[in-house]
Amino acid sequence: MSDPRELYQQVIIEHNKKPRNYGDLEPCTHQAHGLNPLCGDDIVLKLVVRDGIVQEVRFTGQGCAISKASSSLMTVNIKGKPMAEAEVMVEQFREMIRGTLDPAVQPNILGKLTLFQSVKNLPSRVKCAVLPWATLHSALQGEDTVSTE
Amino acid sequence: MIPAAATLDVARIRQDFPALCVPFHGKPLIYLDSAVSSLTPRPVVERVSHYQSFEHTNVHRGVSTLSQEATDRFEEAREKVRAFINAPSAAQVIWTRGTTESINLVAQTFGRMRVKSGDEILLSAMEHHSNIVPWQLLAEEKGARIRVLPMTDRGELELDELDRLLTERTRILGVTHVSNVLGTINPVKEIIRRAHARQVPVLVDGAQGVPHLPVDVADLDADFYAFSGHKLCGPTGIGVLYGRRELLDAMPPWQGGGSMILSVEWERTTFCPVPGKFEAGTPPIAQAIGLGAAIDYLRGIGLERIAAHEHELLAYATERLSALPGLRIIGRAQDKASVISFVLDDIHPHDVGSILDHDGIVVRAGHHCAQPVMKRFGVPATTRASLACFNTREEIDALVSAILKVQEIFQ
Repeated sequence: MSDPRELYQQVIIEHNKKPRNYGDLEPCTHQAHGLNPLCGDDIVLKLVVRDGIVQEVRFTGQGCAISKASSSLMTVNIKGKPMAEAEVMVEQFREMIRGTLDPAVQPNILGKLTLFQSVKNLPSRVKCAVLPWATLHSALQGEDTVSTE
Repeated sequence: MIPAAATLDVARIRQDFPALCVPFHGKPLIYLDSAVSSLTPRPVVERVSHYQSFEHTNVHRGVSTLSQEATDRFEEAREKVRAFINAPSAAQVIWTRGTTESINLVAQTFGRMRVKSGDEILLSAMEHHSNIVPWQLLAEEKGARIRVLPMTDRGELELDELDRLLTERTRILGVTHVSNVLGTINPVKEIIRRAHARQVPVLVDGAQGVPHLPVDVADLDADFYAFSGHKLCGPTGIGVLYGRRELLDAMPPWQGGGSMILSVEWERTTFCPVPGKFEAGTPPIAQAIGLGAAIDYLRGIGLERIAAHEHELLAYATERLSALPGLRIIGRAQDKASVISFVLDDIHPHDVGSILDHDGIVVRAGHHCAQPVMKRFGVPATTRASLACFNTREEIDALVSAILKVQEIFQ
């Protein structure tokens, strides 16, 4: 079992305390509701996408530090990016958590998001980290609700 | 009362639990999660293994000696449960898959027969989902209404409200013996007495009752009492529904199939008397025998002594946890079993649970299948430590140290 400090690094603790892009966003062009019924993590993600670019993104909801920090860092990383690039991040983030992508050796665009790599050592928390990304994927696909179950 | 420490040999009891005798991820396992499911003591594991290895075939079938002996062992387990809860007869002990199935059985037979459109089903505010959802399904089907007996901020039922809520339309009252979240021991005997004064039958969810308290269904005068084997040192997949004889006799069968019939013709079927009427198909035989062994095990230690030990640990844990700044215990009833829920600063219980897990400390973090209780206390989730006969003060100390570590990480 890995040391929890590996996961609960300062950046994650800090984003949990002061999440970026937290709040409602109206009007928006895309939105989705993400639920992790086991944990009770619950996020609503809203985006304004214009000309294929994520112009604005905000989230609300409640959850554990992992899901909240993951949501916060996700919004920071996708803002200003083309939708297609955000979708690539969704896929790469999932692969990193599944352990099929090692960001240290394989090319990727995850940047700071690699902080969440050690979640793969805490299988019970994988859904918490992935929830915002699954919600983003649904929003971009035009679906309303996603559940990790 | 003799101090528990002087009467309970915890070190020896711990030897009975294989999971406590080997390291877990390199550390001693500190199991503070018996309310979710108890660890299984060796005598239960061995009894199940022995039955399955040498005594197993189907029960209530055939003329073979093996079948007769399997049936005898199976029915002996039923008798052990009868004695354990002081039921008037073993026929009133019905095997189910667990508390949830026991309650569903009552809702779908007794409830369906008795509840009509416009009627009311009264439930306490501290019920587990398993004593809410089966009634909601019934209420939906019948056009009936669920009413809720409220509780105080300490987590005690507001009994002053009970008489007002027991109306002409109340058809059943469902109440938990011990809250799985708050630890509250409800005064079920008094609640039953007052419900009976209004001709309202009572179902008691005893899932958290039997592990902590000696239970006497006759003294309680309960109409139904439901519990699970796996919270009582027994296997999963086995539970009990106790019912008052005349109610059970009047209830229609629930599931149909083999074992529950006297005769089957194309035109009509005659059902077995209780308990067979409610036990269609091959039952969980090894699990029932395992539950019998668990009851033997716990009675061997002494139910009163276990309760005294747990009570002493609860007092110690409450004192230590209450002293931690930023920690708030949810559930401060006068009369409590050894279940302690708490919230810590604004740290989500899943984060607390993950960090405790690293120290080998197993607690439950979440809504405990009691979302209305979470809502009542304005929290999304809690962390819960539940204590059993094998737990020690040193383990409480380890919990406190680990909580301090969580606070340090989240500083």
